[in-house]
Amino acid sequence: MIVFSASGAERADQIFVLIKHWLMGYVPAAAQPLASAVLSVVPILMAFPLIFAITTLLERKGLGRIQNRYGPNRVGPWGLLQPMADGLKSLTKEDIVPDSADKWVHLCAPLLLVVASFLAYAVLPIGRNMVVANLSAGVLFFFAIGALVEVAIFMAGWSSRSKYSLLGAMRAIAQMVSYETPLVLAGLVAVMATGSLSTVAIVEAQAQYTGILPHWFVFTPWGFAGFVLFMIAATAESNRSPFDLPEGESEIIAGYYIEYSGFKFALFFLGEYLGMFATSGMAITLFLGGWSAPFSFLTWIPSYLWFFAKLLVITCGFIWVRGTLPRLRMDQLMHFAWKFMLPMTLLNIFAAAAWKFFPTGVVRWFACAIFLAVAFVLLTRGLKKRGDVRARQYRFAD
Amino acid sequence: MFGEGILRGLAETARNFFGSYVSKDRLTTVQFPEERIAPIEATRDFPFLVYDGTDWQQGMRCVACQICEKECPPKCIYIDKSKDKKPDAVGKQQFYPARFDIDISVCMSCQICVEVCPFDAIKMDTEFELSTQDRFGGLMFDKHKLSKSNEYYHEIHPTEAAAVDATLAEERAKAEARAKAAAEAKPAAAAAPAAAKENTGGA
Repeated sequence: MIVFSASGAERADQIFVLIKHWLMGYVPAAAQPLASAVLSVVPILMAFPLIFAITTLLERKGLGRIQNRYGPNRVGPWGLLQPMADGLKSLTKEDIVPDSADKWVHLCAPLLLVVASFLAYAVLPIGRNMVVANLSAGVLFFFAIGALVEVAIFMAGWSSRSKYSLLGAMRAIAQMVSYETPLVLAGLVAVMATGSLSTVAIVEAQAQYTGILPHWFVFTPWGFAGFVLFMIAATAESNRSPFDLPEGESEIIAGYYIEYSGFKFALFFLGEYLGMFATSGMAITLFLGGWSAPFSFLTWIPSYLWFFAKLLVITCGFIWVRGTLPRLRMDQLMHFAWKFMLPMTLLNIFAAAAWKFFPTGVVRWFACAIFLAVAFVLLTRGLKKRGDVRARQYRFAD
Repeated sequence: MFGEGILRGLAETARNFFGSYVSKDRLTTVQFPEERIAPIEATRDFPFLVYDGTDWQQGMRCVACQICEKECPPKCIYIDKSKDKKPDAVGKQQFYPARFDIDISVCMSCQICVEVCPFDAIKMDTEFELSTQDRFGGLMFDKHKLSKSNEYYHEIHPTEAAAVDATLAEERAKAEARAKAAAEAKPAAAAAPAAAKENTGGA
């Protein structure tokens, strides 16, 4: 292989690919497709649950600090073993299924959720040459799989046969269907710029440098707007605060997973976080240059490390937002989706299309930026005037 | 501007996040088993029995009058009165509780037993680390476990204990004065009927 003769940095970058090739050498030809699939999938099945465990700790610590308290600090040094204690706890809990529940659907819902969340990772390029399946319609596959999550959630809400579950599931479906549209439309601009639905091609288009700066889409006006809109929609898609109405502990206790206990509950948790990582990974792929380094002189650092570093930054952003914003009301949520997010993503697509027809240079950058800024100001001012989006007013509590 | 409030909120939480690492004043958490803050003087949770002197059986103030048992709203006090009498802390012959149990799993910390006790024998404790592996027997406190010295009472509720001591001392002084008066009146009283008889006889 040519890669063996490459420099040390490149070998570090391709270490996992090389290990896989080396292992494949020992597999008989007949078993190679299966072995190749297993070798690609198993690291993902191990890495992301581990990241989930770390994130639960990070989240609890971060939220604690945001609220001026220590987070968990009892299990192990600085509470580092807390995720393990949580896991053991959920494993030893009693698994309760309601008498009137539809038992099979009740069992299948968390499994389907986790499976659907894992399937989305198939098209995420985690590093250079590190993607499970380089589909030519990878982005489409990703969003199609994302829709499976809604089925799983509705299965959970329906089969539990509890009013809270059903209410939570209805809310979740309404929310996810509403925000799926802006999510896809926000991501569309990257596809337009690349001219390909393949995630690998999208990252490769961004992994080029002018001087020391990369060609990440987030540095263009439409890319920046697209990234912000994508992240807002992703927050809503993964049911995280401030869009956590489907779960709303204070209103409907835990929404669709109220009737789940023990490890099934943990599976829901896992599925939710995996979905969050997957959409974050998609945002990284579409706008933040996937595995590419932020400066040309940093390309010697292995590509997968860049991917996970970006994932860490986005996860911290999610935690920060969760620690800051209170939950929206249902009507505010819907207004925001259909009257702000949707028009804004459509205008953003116009900006991205105009970008294509402008000659390369600073002029198109400013033209697009001004167009989007004016659109944003006019849209929000119009919404404010109509009273669709406004600060909460309490009729009786004031 | 739209979204301005969100940015301001994010700035505030970021300030909290980093501030909590820099300034210790922000973290109000007291890490309990290692660190403790002294309870305020009015703290109370479960009742205990006060005894004077050093011997808990000898000095027990309780005379098994059973008022607290009758008044207790959740009925968590169980008293058996003794058949015999024995001298209390000041040497007076009194009944004593043969059994005095409080089920603190039932007790609701209302302090009514303390309010009704005419002997200042039952007071509220501040001890709260009472967890046990046996939730029935382990939470049924007998009179030995309930007995705590007057010094301990002074330690946990100094003001209240001083007031109680003052009242008790006053009552004791009054009782002594009465006893003295009675002792002085005895010979006089012995003389008086004789004088009276003389008077009637004379009439």
